This record gives sequence, C-alpha cells and structure tokens, in this order.
Amino acid sequence: MNKSKGNSATQEEYLKNLQRRQYRITAIQVLIFVLFLLLWETAVQLSWIDGFIFSSPSRILKTFGSMWADGSIFLHTGITLAETLVSFALVVIAGVGMAVLLWYNTELSEILEPYLVVLNSLPKSALAPLLIVWLGANMKSIIVAGMSVAIFGTVLNLYTGFREMDPDKIKLIYTLQGSRKDVLFKVILPGTVPLQLSVMKVNIGLCLVGVVIGEFIGARQGLGYLIIYGSQVFKLDWVIMSIVILCIIAMLLYGILNRIEKKFLTR
Amino acid sequence: MKPLLELQNVSYAYHSKTGETFALSDISFQVNKGEFIAVVGPSGCGKTTLLSLISGLLRPESGSVLFEGQKDASFQEKIGYMLQRDHLFEWRTIYQNVTLGLEIQHKINDDSKARIDKMLMDYGLYKFRNAKPSELSGGMRQRAALIRTLALEPELLLLDEPFSALDFQTRLSVCDDVYEILHREKKTALLVTHDLSEAVSMADRIIVLTKRPARISTILEITFEEGRPGPFARRNTPEFKEYFNVLWKELNSHE
Repeated sequence: MNKSKGNSATQEEYLKNLQRRQYRITAIQVLIFVLFLLLWETAVQLSWIDGFIFSSPSRILKTFGSMWADGSIFLHTGITLAETLVSFALVVIAGVGMAVLLWYNTELSEILEPYLVVLNSLPKSALAPLLIVWLGANMKSIIVAGMSVAIFGTVLNLYTGFREMDPDKIKLIYTLQGSRKDVLFKVILPGTVPLQLSVMKVNIGLCLVGVVIGEFIGARQGLGYLIIYGSQVFKLDWVIMSIVILCIIAMLLYGILNRIEKKFLTR
Repeated sequence: MKPLLELQNVSYAYHSKTGETFALSDISFQVNKGEFIAVVGPSGCGKTTLLSLISGLLRPESGSVLFEGQKDASFQEKIGYMLQRDHLFEWRTIYQNVTLGLEIQHKINDDSKARIDKMLMDYGLYKFRNAKPSELSGGMRQRAALIRTLALEPELLLLDEPFSALDFQTRLSVCDDVYEILHREKKTALLVTHDLSEAVSMADRIIVLTKRPARISTILEITFEEGRPGPFARRNTPEFKEYFNVLWKELNSHE
C-alpha cells in the first residue's frame, strides 16, 4: 500500500471512492438501527402495538437501569458469561485433545467416526433435560450443555484439517529423522493454526447457545433463566432486555476472537 | 575401499485394495564416496520410491540396502534428503526453518549455530534469516532448503528433482549453485530427475531406469576432456550433446 504523495491522480480518485463507499455503508447501517429503535418506540407510544407484550427501547432502558441499581444485572450477565467462557475453554482443550488422539490412532478414528457424526448432527437441545437430571440443576450441567453443542463439530473439523496436511511436509519431518511426535508439534499443530482459530470463532457462539439452553431448564441465575422466568411472569421487558444483552455478548466474544485471528494471520 | 552405498537386488511393490503395483524390480548398483550419481527414467517409474528405500522411509520387500557395508538402520542419520519442493514452513522464519532438523535431533549448540551462520553467510541468506519464506525468491528458498539438509552434516545427499519447481532461468543458476556447494563440501549425492540435460550437467554416472516396474537399463559414465566442469560449463561442451542423445535413445528404445 503506497500512501505517499507519489500516487497518481487516478489512484487518489480510486482511494477516495473506496473510502466514500465505506462511509456510506457504515452510515446506512447506523441509520437502519436508529430508525428501527425510533419506529419501535413510536409504535408503542402511539399504542399501535402493546408495550406490555412488545416492550420498547425506553422500557428496556428503564429495566436495565433499575437492575443496574440493585446489581442483579451484573449477576445474571456475569454468570452467563462465565459459564460460556468456561465451556469454551473446555471445548478448546478437549476438542484439540480428541482431534490429536484420533489423528494419532487412525483405527480409533475409523471406529468412532459414525458415533461422532451422529452426535454432531443430533440437536443438542435434546440433551439438555437429560443433563439436568443426570448432573443436577447446577452450573456443572449448564457448562456441559454449552460444551455439548460445540465439541463434536470441533473434533470433526480439526481432525479433518489435521488429515489434510500436505503429506510431503510430514515426509520432510521423517527425512530429518523426526518421530510422530515431531510431526504433531512441528507440522500438524502449528500448520493448522488458521483452521483452529476459525473453528474457535464459531465455537464461542455455539457455547453461548448451549449455555442459554441449559439455563432455560436448570438455573436460578443467568440470562437464560431471566428469559424463561420473565416469560412465565409476563415481565417481557426482562426477556427482551436479556436478548439484547445476549446480542452484545455474542458480538463482543466474536469480535475478540476475530481480533486474535487477524493478529495471528498477519504476524 | 568399500562403496558408500550399495543396493543389492532391491525390489518393491505398493499394496492397495485394488491390487499391487510393482515399482522396482531387482535394482543393484553402488555409489562411491564423493561421486555424483543421477538416476533418470520415465515419469512414474519409481524414482522417488528408490530414494525412500535408500533413506530408510520404506523397507525393501526383497534385497538389501547397505551403507558402508552395514545393513543396520543407524545409517539413516548420515543421509540427507531434499524433496521436490522446498517445504519451508511459513510459520517459521528462515533461520527457524534451516535449524528444523537440528531442533528435531536436539543438536542445536554453539557449534551447529556457528556452522548455520556461516552457511547462511556463504549462500547469501544471512540478512534474510529473520524473514518469512514467502519473502524469498524460488532460488533463495531452494538454497535455504539445502542448508536445512546440510545442517545435519549428511554423508550422502538424496535429491528428488529439487529444481523441478523452479523456472528455467532460476533452475540453471540454482543447479550451478548446488553443484558448487556440494562439491565444496565434498558430499556424495544421488539426484533423481526426468530432465536428461540436468542429469548430464551434474552427474559423474547416470543410472537409466526402464518403465515400471523399473529395472536398470544401463549405467552411463560421464567424462569430459576438461575434467569435471560445473553444470553450466558442461552445457557448452561437445560431449554434452552426445551424452544427451545416448540417453534419449536409451530411454526411448523400450517404448
């Protein structure tokens, strides 16, 4: 990228157009959001829709304010966030570990393949009630619920990526008198970092999904609990505010991993 | 004096569900210390298999591979193997790439570091030692791959079409470079190629293989009036064309 004054007039023009386009896109994105909020608020104020059922931006803000004041919002958000991060960390460790094990033992991977495929395509929300019964209505089963959504896909994706490593790169390690362990640590793991990062980027969102499902059925705290409880006692302001917070959490977690990925790839 | 490497009646076949493929059949030859041997043959005739057998990555189904008259597997350490492409790892710097073999064999010490630095300096890569492989030209990458191989101080070097991924111009100069380096380091080398002019320009002897299953069809001694000129100089000698034609006929006589 040449940003010096040496640019020709046409190049300058091109860059200017590019930037203008970017501004336009951002402006429209913001505009849509603001218009949506305005429309929602007006619709409730003018009684086009019932604010009791549909809530409204101002009601959400008010609810948020009062929960901020009594501290309960930090508890619920914090619990959900913590459960998501723990289950994500466990998925990373267990997923990479399992994928390495399958790569190491091809016969084992052939034996387990049908089971992994079935478990991966199973709707994991079906498992959540079972987990609650088995492990109890506590944090443990919610973390396991979060893991269950992400783990099987992680193992399958990583294992496939490991298998697709250029066989000549592996041969190179053997020509240097390396062992299977050297192949793993010098080629397979460092060579699939981009794949690992992109798998993790998807996983953090999946863990959040699993954790919320778990909280639906077996929690006394957390945003998932707030959503279910709110809908039962008809406090829909709680429900919609929780959904908004979940949106923000999902965006932030994805953003952080995206940053990490960019940093690694341009290193 | 015992030959450095000796193959006795080596045969090899690949097995798969759909049947077996006979790659090599009854291959016997010797390589003496300091010699430069080229192996030529039609593509897919089992040349790479031959190198894998010599390096110990594969075991012959029958026959034996002897290194300095010995059959035990410890000779693998004395063999360096250069693959078709350089396979420098993009996630490592050039320095980390050339020391990969030393790292694997836990041989990084002051001695080997000094040797690496000297080679990087000699072959014009020292100022690129912290660069990523993608920042280097094809010829430089190939030189880095050669240093990676030489870092382990092999006595015998196996070269599997190491220039085939380079464009013609780079190829000629890298060819000259590598020949010069191997000559200076007094290494024994076995080059596999399907490029006849490359074989004539580098080798002291050329082993010609037939189509699969490969047998040795002939072994050709290459000598020049002026002694042992470098690859580029050889291409201008009158003998060069003669050898090329002999090889050409030999390869096509079995079609």
